[in-house]
Amino acid sequence: MATTLTINGETKSFDAPPEMPLLWVLRDILGMTGTKFGCGIAQCGACTVHVDGKAVRSCVLPISAVANRAITTIEHVGSTPSGAKVQKAWLDAEVIQCGYCQSGQIMSAAALLAATPSPDDADIDAAMAGNICRCGTYVRIREAIKLAASGRQS
Amino acid sequence: MNAQNSVSRRALLTGGIATGFLLAFHLPLRAAANEPAQKDATDGKFAPNAFIRIEETGRTVLMMPQVEMGQGTYTSISAVLAEELDADWSKVEVQHAPPNDKLYANPTFGLQVTGNSNSIRAWWVPLRKAGATARAMLVQAAAGQWDVDAASCTASKGEVAHAASGRKLGYGELALAAQGQTQPKDVAVKDPKDFVLIGQPLKRLDTPDKVNGKALYGIDAILPGMKIAAIANCPVFGGKVGKVDDSAAMKVAGVRKVVVLDDAVAVIGDHMWAAKKGLEALEIEWNEGTNAGISTKDIWQNLRDASAKDGVVAKSTGDIAKALATGDKFEAAYELPFLAHASMEPINATVHVRPDACEIWTGTQIMTRVQSEAAKAAGVPVDKVIVNQHLLGGGFGRKLEPDMVIAAVKIAKQVDYPVKVIWTREEDIQHDVYRPVYRDQITASLVDGKVAAWKYKVAGSAILARWLPPAFQKGIDIDAIDAAVDAPYDFANFHVEYVRVEPPAVPTGFWRGVGPNNNVFAVECAMDELARKAGKDPIEFRKSMLTKNPRMLAVLNLVAEKSGWGQPLPARVGRGVCVQPSFASFIATVVEAEIDDIGEIVLRRVTSVVDTGIAVNPDTVKAQIEGGLIFGLTAALYGEITIEKGRVQQSNFHDYRMMRINETPKIDVTVVKSGEAPGGIGEAGVNAGPPALRNAIYAATGVALRRLPIDRKLLAAGRKA
Repeated sequence: MATTLTINGETKSFDAPPEMPLLWVLRDILGMTGTKFGCGIAQCGACTVHVDGKAVRSCVLPISAVANRAITTIEHVGSTPSGAKVQKAWLDAEVIQCGYCQSGQIMSAAALLAATPSPDDADIDAAMAGNICRCGTYVRIREAIKLAASGRQS
Repeated sequence: MNAQNSVSRRALLTGGIATGFLLAFHLPLRAAANEPAQKDATDGKFAPNAFIRIEETGRTVLMMPQVEMGQGTYTSISAVLAEELDADWSKVEVQHAPPNDKLYANPTFGLQVTGNSNSIRAWWVPLRKAGATARAMLVQAAAGQWDVDAASCTASKGEVAHAASGRKLGYGELALAAQGQTQPKDVAVKDPKDFVLIGQPLKRLDTPDKVNGKALYGIDAILPGMKIAAIANCPVFGGKVGKVDDSAAMKVAGVRKVVVLDDAVAVIGDHMWAAKKGLEALEIEWNEGTNAGISTKDIWQNLRDASAKDGVVAKSTGDIAKALATGDKFEAAYELPFLAHASMEPINATVHVRPDACEIWTGTQIMTRVQSEAAKAAGVPVDKVIVNQHLLGGGFGRKLEPDMVIAAVKIAKQVDYPVKVIWTREEDIQHDVYRPVYRDQITASLVDGKVAAWKYKVAGSAILARWLPPAFQKGIDIDAIDAAVDAPYDFANFHVEYVRVEPPAVPTGFWRGVGPNNNVFAVECAMDELARKAGKDPIEFRKSMLTKNPRMLAVLNLVAEKSGWGQPLPARVGRGVCVQPSFASFIATVVEAEIDDIGEIVLRRVTSVVDTGIAVNPDTVKAQIEGGLIFGLTAALYGEITIEKGRVQQSNFHDYRMMRINETPKIDVTVVKSGEAPGGIGEAGVNAGPPALRNAIYAATGVALRRLPIDRKLLAAGRKA
């Protein structure tokens, strides 16, 4: 079925069943591989994207639910103020190890900062607890979010 | 980062693998002998060895013999090469090396493998020599052009200078002339005091592309005409496919083909969604085979029975029988469960089988074995297998196995287009090669408040016997007893035995932290129980037996100070310590934890002090300890794979849990300055977390846990120790 979505400000048309999760449309139909598959059941957050600025898990999000909504992925989040700050803080704090989960971590953190510019530890826990990092970069994720929020970046 | 294979592939596998591996466990390093014998096709470049390529533009490409799976090795290896080369760090690029044991075999293993926390340990000497030799050739080339003595020239940041005349030439300008120079022998490496890159917290080379979605992992491979396959492996270990009815599956939109293998079925579709829906629509009858009755209970019974027998003696000093007959006796057994790896990037491999070749796109820790196994599965010569290495979204030992590539080759053989085979998380968890179950028994005696006799029997799977058979000698798995024979303490009467016990049905493999995970846990738990028996503080007790181990003693003293050891704590809050000699690093860790009334655990704080010798990148060392601690603590808190009716019972992150950010404590890692040769660091933190947490619980509640994962029921308030 022909579907049209707005992704990163561009209109994309493709054939896919309406119940197909956005994750697989992004990765396998549109070739946008920055958004990752981790669990398929919204337990790990590797597939996090923004829909109208809010962090959502694309692995369980049918495309029929996001028609006429603004979808932003990791490939484009750097063009938003909070996304750019988060990306920079991630590098300044040298958060990343294998990096596989970090697309999702960055999307969750960018949505957090857009809604809550100065998050405290409880805000960070609430926004980030849905994102698993197997390399265990959590200490630096917390530090980088605070760095991004502080405006003290180089 | 450019991550393409631009170097030509060559013939490979040598017969020297086993020799190299075995040698390595008896000699510290096979370093100097490993100087690469040949170089690649390198038109218009300075290519003095297999690792360095300098183009006329000055572009400096370093070939990575070890794979990047998050541990930061691309940056550290590059720093070692660039240090001795005196390269301009801002111009350094890295590339994955192609599979080639002759050029890129890890000097410790004699095989192109990344594991055992030994990338820097194994390559430290050969890569410094490679860099220094290349620098000497560039200097010679410049001196020749200027007609001056090479000794009057210096190199720095990608340039050779002649101070007396004020002349300078960039490495790019010298590339062709340097390529014509005779390779000097025995070039001196730098005095560590002259290091400008090693020891600096250099920014990682691989991370800029990991913040914007550009980094390419194996699962991100996209090829013209490629289709996606989802796979169902037989749910029972060792079972086979019986009958398959694919009539409903073939009606799913986007499904192209159903492939039936001996022990698995795959559905190929236009995208993963079609493949997955197709797989769900299949009707598969499995021939479950002889393992269909196996359960965790049987496996533990088997292990406990086998561990009661005498083992093969791995090390024995003093008179253990006599020493155990005196003093205050202690006896305990510690048990560790099966664990899955659960790297965040689910298992995958992309394969294109063509009439004349087999091409693979994946992220693997063992490139040459993937190549040789794929050749067998595809029925083509090894030199017709092309392996395109990708970044790994975590490895943790799972990607030391080639099984996912073999399965993908078998699937791809049945079609003429490239196929990306993706395992769902459920397949990933239920068809892993698991960290084995271990039962470690320690018998000791105390005399005058010190350990007078120490008898330690390790019982568990011999992973090496399967993974590298020639390394399994005299019935001893040197991995399973690694940190048992290397106990850090001064025990006059010391005896280590090993009992090989293979669990029925369940395949076992290396898991981040490897053998030392079970050894460090058992040793450090027993030491805490012995300290209590002796009426001593756990750190003071350990220190009294570390007098001959100054590096360990130093980190233990420092961690006591930094963790606030001995300062008062509220009720049901405790501190636990762990010291470990693993991977030639010296690490002491203190975990502070609170146990609530129902036995739930709150991690309050973790303090680690690390002496890893020369820390090539101190920030990476810190990061690896932080992450390793969380990896180990996750296992202690939650990790257990159980088996029922021959099947794994866990399936995804809801029942195979991971620690999350809200459970993560403050972690304070101190890297001490050292001039010793570098130790291993990628796995060390994993060893530390479980025993330190267990000992914190022991301090807080008096309950001496002897199994992992932690059983909260034993920790509820009011329960007797």
